[in-house]
Amino acid sequence: MILILLVLIPLLSGILSFAVRGEGAKTLAVISSMITLAASAYVSGTSYTQGLEFSCDWIPMLGTKFTLVADGMSSMLCLLTGIVTMVIMLTQANKDVERPGAFYGHMLLSQAGLMGVFLAADALVFYVFWELALIPVYFLCSSWGGEKRIPVTFKFFVYTFVGSLMLLAGLVYLSLQTPGTVSYAWADITRAGASLAPAQQQWLFWLIFIAFAIKMPIFPFHTWQPDAYEQSPTPVTIILSALMVKMGLFAVLRWLLPVVPEGVAYWSQTVVILSVIGIVYASLIAIVQTDIKRLVAYSSIAHMGLMSAVAFTGNGVGMHGIMVQMFNHGINITGMWLIVSMIENRWGTRDMNSLGGMATAAPRMAIALLIISFANIALPLTNGFVGEFMLFNGLFIGDGSVAHIATMVFAGLGVILGAVYTLNMVQKVAFGNVAPMTIKKDLSVNEYAGIAIIITIILFLGVYPKPLLDLTAGMIATAP
Amino acid sequence: MKAIIATTVFGIIMMFSGILVNNKKSVAAIAAVLFAALLGVNIWDLASTSASATDNLFFNKMLRIEHYSVWFNTVMTGCALLYVLLMSKEIQRVGSYVAEYFALMFFILCGLYLLSSYNNLLMMFIGIEILSIPQYILAGSDKRNLKSSEAALKYFLMGSFSTGIQLMGITLLYGAARSFNLTEVAAVMQTNALNPLALAGIMFLMIAFAFKVSAAPLHMWTPDVYDGAPTPFTAFMSTIVKAGAFFAFLRLFQVSFNTISEHWTLVLAIITAATLLVGNVTAVFQQSVKRMLSYSSIAQAGFMLFAVLAVNKFAWQGIIIYAMAYSVATIGIFSVLVKLKDFTYDGFNGLAKSEPLLAFAATIFLFSLAGIPLTGGFMAKYYVLLAVVQQGQLLWLVIFALLMAAISIYYYFRVIIAMYFKPGTPEMASPVTSGDRILLIITCILVILLGVAPQLFLNNI
Repeated sequence: MILILLVLIPLLSGILSFAVRGEGAKTLAVISSMITLAASAYVSGTSYTQGLEFSCDWIPMLGTKFTLVADGMSSMLCLLTGIVTMVIMLTQANKDVERPGAFYGHMLLSQAGLMGVFLAADALVFYVFWELALIPVYFLCSSWGGEKRIPVTFKFFVYTFVGSLMLLAGLVYLSLQTPGTVSYAWADITRAGASLAPAQQQWLFWLIFIAFAIKMPIFPFHTWQPDAYEQSPTPVTIILSALMVKMGLFAVLRWLLPVVPEGVAYWSQTVVILSVIGIVYASLIAIVQTDIKRLVAYSSIAHMGLMSAVAFTGNGVGMHGIMVQMFNHGINITGMWLIVSMIENRWGTRDMNSLGGMATAAPRMAIALLIISFANIALPLTNGFVGEFMLFNGLFIGDGSVAHIATMVFAGLGVILGAVYTLNMVQKVAFGNVAPMTIKKDLSVNEYAGIAIIITIILFLGVYPKPLLDLTAGMIATAP
Repeated sequence: MKAIIATTVFGIIMMFSGILVNNKKSVAAIAAVLFAALLGVNIWDLASTSASATDNLFFNKMLRIEHYSVWFNTVMTGCALLYVLLMSKEIQRVGSYVAEYFALMFFILCGLYLLSSYNNLLMMFIGIEILSIPQYILAGSDKRNLKSSEAALKYFLMGSFSTGIQLMGITLLYGAARSFNLTEVAAVMQTNALNPLALAGIMFLMIAFAFKVSAAPLHMWTPDVYDGAPTPFTAFMSTIVKAGAFFAFLRLFQVSFNTISEHWTLVLAIITAATLLVGNVTAVFQQSVKRMLSYSSIAQAGFMLFAVLAVNKFAWQGIIIYAMAYSVATIGIFSVLVKLKDFTYDGFNGLAKSEPLLAFAATIFLFSLAGIPLTGGFMAKYYVLLAVVQQGQLLWLVIFALLMAAISIYYYFRVIIAMYFKPGTPEMASPVTSGDRILLIITCILVILLGVAPQLFLNNI
């Protein structure tokens, strides 16, 4: 029952928010996100021992049931969604947006969609939520975004929609292969997929994978991303980069790897190569960026590239690393975007070359920037280190062939390049002469609270990652 | 069966009410009541037919009224009622013969009822004619407008031409099967599949139907007729009438030719692909929303053809839910369109600010047409996809259709972008009353209900 609440609370408060005039919407959003966070914390607390399930009939004639299941991976991602949304609402509290009712309504609706995606154990339910998460984000970016928002968001929408349609075709095909009548239950879909002939799995792989590859995004499907991140208002950018890209990776782990194992085996080399190209390519582009928002966007592509590369090498340590890193990346990138939005707010620009002197002008902000950047480049004692270490550990287990070594080398190169652009950014923003500020103010109370949550998690999981490791450990032995 | 009689009687009542009642408003009210009554008669029919009935043959086996035909009739009558309620004011504004317009709609529904349950090729022919001829009149009903007259003439000439082809097809088929009866034709097809006469007949019939449902390459009349005809009648023609033609198409090919599907599937698949391509790609280049909607109706026809292609039980469910989802959404979007003065995309600029409810409803309808989940359009697309994927040999067409559906996002979302993200104040042709608002909300709920709980509309089929 608690699982349906995870979807219903943001859904209902989102719908309600459209009707609220003025500042009430903001309060509603904060309260709703706190309750959702509490519920998701409860869910992650219980699934240490047993998975939770919610199921009721939806469309019996299509063999689809409204089934939600929380195991380690989904409850971890729900928790991440809860935390990130709460932090967004908190830091958003002292900012004014136009038409707050609609803005927070869309935000909460997208949260409902995300929760649904992470919990769905029925392919059709999964698909519906997958689309549902996208539509509010489309409206958010198009209404509250930057100058070029309309074409950019439209491109983003079309990209993801094309992928979704392919996914739908794949799922329909799989559902018809299930024993007996049509069924969409996760167990039936995986059984049906795995029993298909290898040749069928090979083309089915692409039908399903393209949607996820676009969402993650994997090179060369990434071109929508930097523009969309740049043009979106910061809260939406956080939703996109901390949560929505996780949808892609999550979907690979849940709806691709176990569904068409032969297809994955056949294409994994290709995907790993694409991912590694993505890492190096995105890192190189990040180095030459002067706009910090774009820099963080490209750095996110590089990080996701590493995770997807490991996902397709398919060994236990690496898989566990992905789960951990999904959470950590979500937390770190949220922190990164918060700092970026504060910089934009205080200095009125995002151009690195015209920024500087944050350490003098706003020392607390500079400390936060430093810690979050360290986590972003995976320095030991930050959460990023734990995840990245496990990822590389997973990547290094292999046959030692030339291709495997090349993969390792280039993926490793990404880490070094990551340090180059992140530290370069920190240096330009935090030190040097104080650039003229439009608002002379260090962190405000609510920003302080949001950043404090992020930094606490970073340091806590950097020193003691066991809770996170335990939460997701069960996933490796018994795939969902 | 009762519905066929009722709609004819109602049509005649409607014609006479034009003499007896002078007030346009009262005529429209009578029409609305009669449409509601017709829906009631259909529901009565539905209650008295069961899925397993055997005594369903009427008029010397000319009609076979099956459960799903009655279901289809009921659903389409429901759409017609919705249409009359939403468009009533605009219909009154078209010209002075309001009673006749409504009467013609009743006759069109009579044709639709015949087409959903014919069991004989002659009955099919009669049904198609009853469906078409009132349409020619409706298309030309705005007599002062040259474009309307042009549309009517064009439609009539092209329609007669396709009727000729259809008769030719029936004749050839009779030559091969020596019967007009669908089941007897089916029996002959099974035993004597490769009779060249029969194959030629099937091709002729396919061409005739492709014309009626505006499938490429026989779609040329559609944009001109839909654009030229008075807008409320365009909404009627492109939804209920088209659905009726589709149902007839499906019925003939499923009942009579399903055993020899390997001989016609490829041709129809190519027609489908061409329809999707032409409809979607041309719609992208339109500047007028009304014209865009007529190309979109061609594109949607491509998806409905999927149901004809798939020879299985999902096809029946697919055509019913598609017809309903498409009709409700299209009627809805037309009812928003007629409120505006300027039919170009720019005419929609800023609608979300001045008329938030209208913009919201239009968004739901466009989502449905584009096939976004939780709207009827998604379930409809989903059903026809399911049907074709199960058929198994046309996966290339499925992928192609999905790519085309992605293109359709472009032109549907252009309207949404104009309404929500562009500044401006749209000029309204008529004020939006609270009655309109309530009806639009009901229509929206219907669209979402179709997407969330399609089983409510597909009971026992």
